Amino acid sequence: MATLLVRGGRVIDPAQDIDRIADLRIVDGRIAGVGPAEAGAHRADETIDAAGMIVCPGLVDMHVHLREPGREEDETIASGTRAALAGGFTSVACIPNTEPPIDTQAAVEFIHQKAVRADTCNVFVVACVSRNREGKELADIGQLVEAGAVAFSDDGAPVSDAELMRRALEYCAMFGKPILAHEEVLELSRGGVMNEGLVSLLLGLGGMPAAAEEVMIGRDTALAVSTGGRLHVMHVSTAGGVALVRAAKARGVRVTAEACPHHFTLTDEALRTFDANCKMSPPLRTAADVEAIIAGLADGTIDCIATDHAPHAREKKMLELDRAPFGITGLETAVGLAVTRLVVPGHVGWPRLVEAMSTLPARILGLDRGTLRPGSPADVTIIDPDRTWTVDVAASHSKSVNCPFHGWSLTGRAVATIVAGRVKHRLAGF
Amino acid sequence: MRSATTPSSPASLDPAGAVPSSWSHRHLLDLERLSGDEIRLLLDTAARFKEATGGCRRKLAVLTGRTIVNLFFENSTRTKTSFALAARRLGADVVDFSASGSSLSKGESFIDTAKNLEAMGIDAVVVRHSTPGTPHLLAQHLGVGVINAGDGPHEHPTQGLLDIFSIRERLGDLAGVTVGLVGDIAHSRTARSNIHGLLKLGARVIVCGPPTLVSPRWRELGVEVSHDLDAIVPVCDVLNLLRIQFERQNTRPFPSVREYAHLYAMTRERMQRARPGLLILAPGPINRGVEVTAEVADCPQSLILDQVANGLAVRMAVLWLVCGPRGAEEGAAASGHEGRQR
Repeated sequence: MATLLVRGGRVIDPAQDIDRIADLRIVDGRIAGVGPAEAGAHRADETIDAAGMIVCPGLVDMHVHLREPGREEDETIASGTRAALAGGFTSVACIPNTEPPIDTQAAVEFIHQKAVRADTCNVFVVACVSRNREGKELADIGQLVEAGAVAFSDDGAPVSDAELMRRALEYCAMFGKPILAHEEVLELSRGGVMNEGLVSLLLGLGGMPAAAEEVMIGRDTALAVSTGGRLHVMHVSTAGGVALVRAAKARGVRVTAEACPHHFTLTDEALRTFDANCKMSPPLRTAADVEAIIAGLADGTIDCIATDHAPHAREKKMLELDRAPFGITGLETAVGLAVTRLVVPGHVGWPRLVEAMSTLPARILGLDRGTLRPGSPADVTIIDPDRTWTVDVAASHSKSVNCPFHGWSLTGRAVATIVAGRVKHRLAGF
Repeated sequence: MRSATTPSSPASLDPAGAVPSSWSHRHLLDLERLSGDEIRLLLDTAARFKEATGGCRRKLAVLTGRTIVNLFFENSTRTKTSFALAARRLGADVVDFSASGSSLSKGESFIDTAKNLEAMGIDAVVVRHSTPGTPHLLAQHLGVGVINAGDGPHEHPTQGLLDIFSIRERLGDLAGVTVGLVGDIAHSRTARSNIHGLLKLGARVIVCGPPTLVSPRWRELGVEVSHDLDAIVPVCDVLNLLRIQFERQNTRPFPSVREYAHLYAMTRERMQRARPGLLILAPGPINRGVEVTAEVADCPQSLILDQVANGLAVRMAVLWLVCGPRGAEEGAAASGHEGRQR
């Protein structure tokens, strides 16, 4: 019987409404219980002193591009999940825009096998909505569910055909699986590399208007109503998008939403450097949008924080802005950005942050994670809420360094990541 | 009427001497981040060069031994020729490098191409590219001066400078002068450079065209926005007629060329409602019959050929300021404005 004791930390588990200084006991890879902090109360094989730390259910990132198979020069399942562990994530959901796309049982099995071999964090598979991610006909969703797919998405691109989206929502409802929707009307954002606004006007760069996101969220929430399907809006980036999700929830629509750390941190002003590491889709928006995202996270309109970790090899980003691909890495900076931008200024309390980064993403994907309930798999993240550190892409575990936060000083960092009772990552000095 | 003024010419502007210490930039990337004084220095320097070369006809030996590369990733005839001539008038060697037929078509990145050129020992790169910010990226990666000769719809600083130079030659100080920019503002790098330069020199700027090409957001910069050419013609001292950039448009922003010309072409009839002495500018190539009729393009108030001639003077000034001999504080004052923000 292997036992691990995490002693004296501030244990937060929103699913059980726990927020107190306590010991966390792990036995044989499962949570044994949260008890009062007592010196020497329990004997354990291994003890971690977590005084001054946040001890919470392992963080879940429901939006990660691991790139394998097909683009191993950008990231592999092994390297991406190592970055996840370093960032405090015990589970990631990988998005199927790989080459080939994940639209068969064999492809799902491949991911699972690679993840087992990597022996890092848990990898849950999001499979394609449409066959070959072409947006024309449904993928074999039932068989993909049998293989273990937890959700469906054509992310990287929207499901442009409204009828296909309707069918996908209807069909997935049978399995209780959500559609993770990249909300973008491509005709409106065509040729765009950044938010359409004053900055794009001044820089002469092609704009992606907020309406491109908002029109699609409007369409899909209407389809969610008419089908009863489960819609999850990925990477909400606009104030209008937040308002649409809020209104849909108020009407009782089965909709959830996520936001990315860069969308509550940076604005389109960052593009003034013409740095391709500030190019992602949806793009960085305005200060008013950032404010709305933060408000949406604070009031729960936006359920969770997901990184949209999108690694690209250095040479692909060292191109003219219109030729460089969209996307930035995010796994290793998410906790630091969330604490620095949301908790330190007082927008969001710790229990809500844990809910947004663990409880709710696990619940949206239907995982038996995101809680410290006795008997649950012992996925635990220990965070130093006060640790100030400097982002250094050279020290990144990801294969790619396309990160606009290099050199930034952040507060808050995962110091230990425990997966199924095993300490898989421990920051030097902790 | 304003009288043409002689540009101020402090001794430090002597073309044979060192670049004045008030010019601290290693590159010329855009006009947005230059100050009014820096733009005046550029214009004054251009005037000095124009005079010293007898109207840009004679050669000076102020850049002898320097090598300038014309790195054009986009087709150009007049701008490239103008830069090449300007460089030769100052005694510099000029090498042309065009994207077609080069290693770029073999998949080499533009940064690698530029680094290769740099390794051959050049002093400045004049770059044109269809993507905004490309000169700025080169400036971050290269140790030599970078001059923007047009980066997509972003800026074309020497075109903006030569337009302003041509106006200043006729009207003197720009303060209080009303300049109308008409046409495809959305896709025009010339418009952006003119807007920044004119605002910094105190001019009143009106942009005019259909809402699909003229964003109301320009008001946030202090620019007036109009969709009615007939309304602005009587209040303008200068009209700059910009070409429709069909090649940069996703979808046609107006129903037909015929309808566009009906609403926005500068015609003889519209000239009759203008102030006497209204100046007409057009950065070539012009589409006669679209932005401007032939009668107007060739009328006495048209500065279209002045613009071409003044382009040489402006480009001499820019080349000299970017790669001319520096004073004692060389390098120390190099501006960091090209650098990353954080």
